[in-house]
Amino acid sequence: MADAMSLPAAAARPRRRAPGAWAEALAGWTLAGPAIVLMWLMLLGPAVGVIGLSFTDWTFGAPQIAWAGAANYVELWGDRVFWQSLRNTLAYVAFTVPASVFLGLGVALLIEAGDRGRGLYRALFFLPVTSTLLAMALVFQFAFHPTVGLVNQALGWLGLPTTDWLKNPDTALYALGVIGIWQALGLNMVLFLAGLKAIPKDLYEAAAIDGADGAWDRFVRVTWPMLGPSLVFVVTITAIRSFQVFDTVAVLTEGGPNKATSVLLYQMYQEGFSFLRSAYAAALTCVFLAFVLLLTWAQTRLLDRRAHYG
Amino acid sequence: MARLTLTGIRKSFGATAVLHDVALDIHDGEFVSLVGPSGCGKTTLLRIVAGLDHADQGRIAIGDTVVDALPPKARDIAMVFQSYALYPYMTVRQNLALPLVMRRLSRAQRLPLLGRWWPGAGARRAAIDAEVQRVAAPLGLAPLLDRRPAQLSGGQRQRVALGRAMVRQPQVFLMDEPLSNLDAKLRVATRTEIAQLHRRLEATFVYVTHDQVEAMTMSDRVALMMDGRVLQFAPPQHIYDDPADLRVAQFIGTPQINTLPATRDEGGLTVAGRHWPLALPPEAGARPQLAVRPEWWTVQPAGTPQARPGVVEGTLAHQELLGAETLLHVRVDSVAETVVARVDPAQARTLALGAPVSLATARVLAFDAAGHRVPQAEWMGVRRLAVAHG
Amino acid sequence: MRPRPLWFRLLRHALLAGLGLLMVLPFVLMVSISLKPAHEIFAPEFRLLPEQWHAWQNYSLAFAKQPLGRYLLNGLLVTACIFAAQALFALPCAYALAKLRWRGRETTFVFVLLALLVPPQVPAIPLYIGLWHLKLLDTYAALILPSTISVFGIFLMRQFFRTVPDDLLHAARLDGLSEFAIVWRVMLPTALPALVAFGLLSLVWNWNDFFWPLLVIQTDTLATPPLGVVFFANAEAGTNYGPLMAAATVITAPLVIAFLVAQRWFIDGVTMTAVK
Repeated sequence: MADAMSLPAAAARPRRRAPGAWAEALAGWTLAGPAIVLMWLMLLGPAVGVIGLSFTDWTFGAPQIAWAGAANYVELWGDRVFWQSLRNTLAYVAFTVPASVFLGLGVALLIEAGDRGRGLYRALFFLPVTSTLLAMALVFQFAFHPTVGLVNQALGWLGLPTTDWLKNPDTALYALGVIGIWQALGLNMVLFLAGLKAIPKDLYEAAAIDGADGAWDRFVRVTWPMLGPSLVFVVTITAIRSFQVFDTVAVLTEGGPNKATSVLLYQMYQEGFSFLRSAYAAALTCVFLAFVLLLTWAQTRLLDRRAHYG
Repeated sequence: MARLTLTGIRKSFGATAVLHDVALDIHDGEFVSLVGPSGCGKTTLLRIVAGLDHADQGRIAIGDTVVDALPPKARDIAMVFQSYALYPYMTVRQNLALPLVMRRLSRAQRLPLLGRWWPGAGARRAAIDAEVQRVAAPLGLAPLLDRRPAQLSGGQRQRVALGRAMVRQPQVFLMDEPLSNLDAKLRVATRTEIAQLHRRLEATFVYVTHDQVEAMTMSDRVALMMDGRVLQFAPPQHIYDDPADLRVAQFIGTPQINTLPATRDEGGLTVAGRHWPLALPPEAGARPQLAVRPEWWTVQPAGTPQARPGVVEGTLAHQELLGAETLLHVRVDSVAETVVARVDPAQARTLALGAPVSLATARVLAFDAAGHRVPQAEWMGVRRLAVAHG
Repeated sequence: MRPRPLWFRLLRHALLAGLGLLMVLPFVLMVSISLKPAHEIFAPEFRLLPEQWHAWQNYSLAFAKQPLGRYLLNGLLVTACIFAAQALFALPCAYALAKLRWRGRETTFVFVLLALLVPPQVPAIPLYIGLWHLKLLDTYAALILPSTISVFGIFLMRQFFRTVPDDLLHAARLDGLSEFAIVWRVMLPTALPALVAFGLLSLVWNWNDFFWPLLVIQTDTLATPPLGVVFFANAEAGTNYGPLMAAATVITAPLVIAFLVAQRWFIDGVTMTAVK
């Protein structure tokens, strides 16, 4: 790192900018330089690389690489497994996001509604967020076990239907979804708690004087509208994280049974690192990236429209 | 009628007592200020009147109705908050309409989407809109009705808060330091507007502030509070001329009133080493305190006959030339704070810093050692001049 | 707070406690199974505590079969190195973006924002190829290098640095501090809460990351905790649940304990980053 970058006290020779500004510019580049280099090396460069790679025919370890145009994407379009993965991923997101967002909101509201036990409940619900998902996934695997698993034992006791949750193609994805909800709930709760705390108390008082003092009225007139930006933020974050589902699929179901739990990232992993079809996997990555960017764009538009509160 | 009566209000937060036995009788249509230093309990009292907090003991009546058990919305009051508390996600129009919407539309008619088509909703909403226009026009809000609070200036937001309070035509208006978020120039202009508003609406206003100038200029009567008690409740001039407590005298008036300790002596009092022929009744005690407003002093030139009976001598520590008047800061022995006199610039012209100065007064307020006012104080003997009002 | 009626308070506690119990149940289950012998695990009725304590056998078997301690150590080493590197590069850059005027500043910030949009799995393939060419696969370097740059860290610290008053910097410069020194002596102490928050998030994220270690690590002595769990599960063929749960407990324990001890920091940290 450069040292002694103190700004010179007096102008030496006339330059286009004052020497102070020149030294400041140098300092700026020097301090930010390493980070910029790394950012391009590790993030932006490879991201561009992936896009480029998706237009080639390269497989891992192949001696030559050739331009293939949109061949990978054409293949993607006709790939039954791809459409299955996409459908599964979207279904997973559609299942986990509303559930974890609204449960998180409900829990946050309940916690804020009383004085006692806040710290305890916050800890209880946030605990899963810090846990190592894979280790807990194994616990869930046991819980979903068709005979000795807790889930089926409880359901049987209640007289409800049971099945082999993880091996049944109709339920496997949603069983994984339950694990996802379990882990996301606590994070959403904390974000909503922050949003709730940010609502000024005198808004509620003004509403009480104006006539809105019942629990329902307070929620509809003050809480829900003020949470608008928080809600958009939480939904987007949860959705993006849901899109990135991989761990549970890789360890518990390996995409099965019959591709019932094959998700975008898992297929990308398989194509790129099991089948070594790097270019094809790159194309999958680009589709993945496109969806994430779409989600983020949707968030910005929504936030822009709703949150002009200042 | 909107008479507001408070009796025996007591309030503690945990172990700390915040209000001690407060009683006020506010007439219909009066503008009353609750003024005092921070922590004196004025905001707590206002919130209790509004129903946002509950007194531990005491009774509040608006008109003939005892309102202690009623929630805020049922008390027929409106409040302007210090931060205005406008709903940021609603337009000005919606902000102004909300109190009426909550009152006049049934729950079904209020539903977000369906409510619009509920029978009867249309007519009521139209009536509400008309009232919103009626309130918005004199406040200058008509062109702003479709904006959001974030797009308004501080002064405009304040007027929206006022409008929202007015739209329900309540009996009592409560205001919690509504001017404190405005800059100085705007504050003066808005002060006048609020006073005019009061005259136009002919409603009862209760106005909390820590600024004595606001309290004095706007109110019919001022309730000066300190440490959870109402020290005096009287018209502004009365509070100025005839304070009931030394703390009242010290809080009102700029520069602050001069306090002079005194001891009794033969034929009067000894004040700062000089004899004052001032007679006080026995209730004043052995160590009374005297207070003299800065504008009651004149400079007593050396070697001239004593024009006024109360004289102090000291050295000139500092002068402040204000143009229309000059403030003299005189250090007097045995008086802790410098004595400040407000004099004509001509009187001060000949004085030099560090030079000896004599100040004389014919008007004085007397208090006992605990600060209670002693009304009967009379100059004795020579030439009965202006005396303290009894 | 208006005093709520009793029925409401009871309902609230019932709901929160009930759901909270469900959240905690997997942890309870995990520990419970790790204490039981095989025949009790597969017994038809569920009991919380074992009749026959098998804890010692399960845990010692877990440690014998796989280098569990090594996995934890790797986790600690890797996350510590990553965070140190992230702080080292992000802080000066954040300062330059927040407080200095230089020609590339706005462009660089735009690229930082763009990079924020890119999920971590997108650069994976080219990074893998690059490391393969450099013969760095299956090393600590492979685990640490890609994460040394945290654009989230840059963004967060920049937002924080912007709130530091400029006068503080003018005074420091008059006192003779170089820009570099300003970063570490003036900005860092002021933004310590943000750095701690970022550190906790970085710790949790990198400790639990599975995707990248799965790609680059084959040797079990280099495995981070999640990868270690999977190695263990594979080695066990998945039916020896007692030792498996024991391993899972050991792997999960450090972060859970850290969280319980420093709850406020975790929660405040998440809240603060979200607000920014």
